[in-house]
Amino acid sequence: MSLLRAYCRSPSAVVGLVLLLIVVAMAASAGWLFPRDPLALAGRPLVWPGDNPRFSFGTDNSGRDIAAQIFHGARISLLIGVVATSIAIVIGVVIGAISGYYGGWVDTVLMRVTEAFQTLPNFLLLLVLVAVFGSNLMTVTIAIGVVSWPAPARLTRAEFLSFRNREFVQACRTLGMKDRQIIFREILPNALPPVIVYASVVMAVAILLESALAFLRLSDPNVASWGNLIGLGRDVLRIQWYVSAIPGLAILLTVLAVSLVGQGLNDALNPRLKGR
Amino acid sequence: MRILSLALKRLAASLPTLVFILIGMFLLLKLAPGDTVDALLAQMGGADAKVAADLRSFYGLDMSVAAQLGNYLWRLVRFDLGFSAIYGKPVSTVIIERLPATLLLMVSALSFAFFFGLVLGVLAARRVNRWPDTLISTVGLIFYATPSFWFGLMAIVVFSVYLQWLPAGGFEDITLGHAGIARTLDIARHLILPTLTLGLIFLAIYLRIMRASMLEVLNLDFVRTARSKGLDETRIVTRHVLRNALLPMVTLIGLQAGTMLGGSVVVESVFSLPGLGRLAYESVVQRDLNTLLGIVFVSALLVIIINFLVDLVYARLDPRIAGGG
Repeated sequence: MSLLRAYCRSPSAVVGLVLLLIVVAMAASAGWLFPRDPLALAGRPLVWPGDNPRFSFGTDNSGRDIAAQIFHGARISLLIGVVATSIAIVIGVVIGAISGYYGGWVDTVLMRVTEAFQTLPNFLLLLVLVAVFGSNLMTVTIAIGVVSWPAPARLTRAEFLSFRNREFVQACRTLGMKDRQIIFREILPNALPPVIVYASVVMAVAILLESALAFLRLSDPNVASWGNLIGLGRDVLRIQWYVSAIPGLAILLTVLAVSLVGQGLNDALNPRLKGR
Repeated sequence: MRILSLALKRLAASLPTLVFILIGMFLLLKLAPGDTVDALLAQMGGADAKVAADLRSFYGLDMSVAAQLGNYLWRLVRFDLGFSAIYGKPVSTVIIERLPATLLLMVSALSFAFFFGLVLGVLAARRVNRWPDTLISTVGLIFYATPSFWFGLMAIVVFSVYLQWLPAGGFEDITLGHAGIARTLDIARHLILPTLTLGLIFLAIYLRIMRASMLEVLNLDFVRTARSKGLDETRIVTRHVLRNALLPMVTLIGLQAGTMLGGSVVVESVFSLPGLGRLAYESVVQRDLNTLLGIVFVSALLVIIINFLVDLVYARLDPRIAGGG
């Protein structure tokens, strides 16, 4: 409760939460408001928003309802964002925890691997993964998760380094607890809050990565994704720029919402930083 | 000299990373359906099994994976990246042709983001929690959330289609037949929108880091000393705070080098610039895995070189680093 109050003290955090709830509501109501397949033909192509009351956001190049694609696209963006972020956080936490807890050569090897992933431009790695494993919704989501874990891993490692020699950990060792128990039951709950806050950054980047991939037509073409729609709209950009403009705004607002919520959580959890 | 040897030591430490990346990428691409010969045959319009087998032994694709990997690494040492079946040229030639556009774009986007991020960050920090700070921070957040390709498209609509101030794409207008300064200006005109598009998200990041770093340094004791000496605020910021606050900004250049290269893939496709990023995209679409692997190698090399330069700059800004060893 006190956390909620601390969170609501910042107006930008509240704005972020409201925006995020709107996006979640869009995703939840998509099937109910637009029960038809969002990729099915709905009317004449390239109807401007407002020209026909049936299509409040107009139609795209092939006559599909843009509003339906926006609502169903919210599902895809949130799905990819949440799943890819979970994958990245799980990999990152496990690698960071082992690396920070054991130190020594284990740490050296794991950090070298992390460095390798950070040296490689992550969008390039994403292209390679998509080129090798194909681009359906599942492979794209996993690939985004796989390229996003190094930063959470480093963060977790830093946290573990600061905890590994604390008294409570020494007490656990003296009690004869197994390493696995110490890492996941004792240290992890203490190390997790900054990682969870950082997850909002990972999620924002994951949504942006997917939309960029879809824009290049390298994501799943059979789902209503905002990036796909922007890529389609590019062909008619000179006159019917709204086809690209509308889904772009949706991405912008969603990423903004996720970042603001993350920042709000950070400020609420670290009262020390208040006023920064 | 100490600085250099320190940076060189860091450079040497990144060699195993590079080898690890190459081995990983090589094995990954072995998993890909279809090899160079398949791509070649598709270009030729198909051939019988005998031709395919001959070509495979010609390119050394009939050997074991380990032998192929050894071959590949040995060729890399001599900077031979193999042959691109799609472009009909050695991969290194293809990459070197495309490299200048990407480097130019990266340098200009980085300068833009660094300079304006610095100025806006300082402005925000000096008016912390008042309206200029709120305005700058909000704009920064919006920039951060903007998909770069979408910003590029909207910039084309506004500046190329409606206002017709700037070209919508391409690296230069060859039909004008410019040379010398006129050609440079023409290229600069073509690069304005791509630079803004690529730089925008980094501007947001630099601005945020600069603001936080300024606020951190402004609270340190030596700043209080400078204030009590009676120095005016502008002098304190320029002479005392800025140099210290710049350190995290410089670190960030190294950290973001890879992200920027990745971002150029998208930006170069939006503005149809003949750069490395667009080449990467084309080689994914055309299944030209040799070229893709070459680009990965060159990009990793580029990131390592940028980090080497960042180390040098860092040591110059903060003498304690070179002194402490």
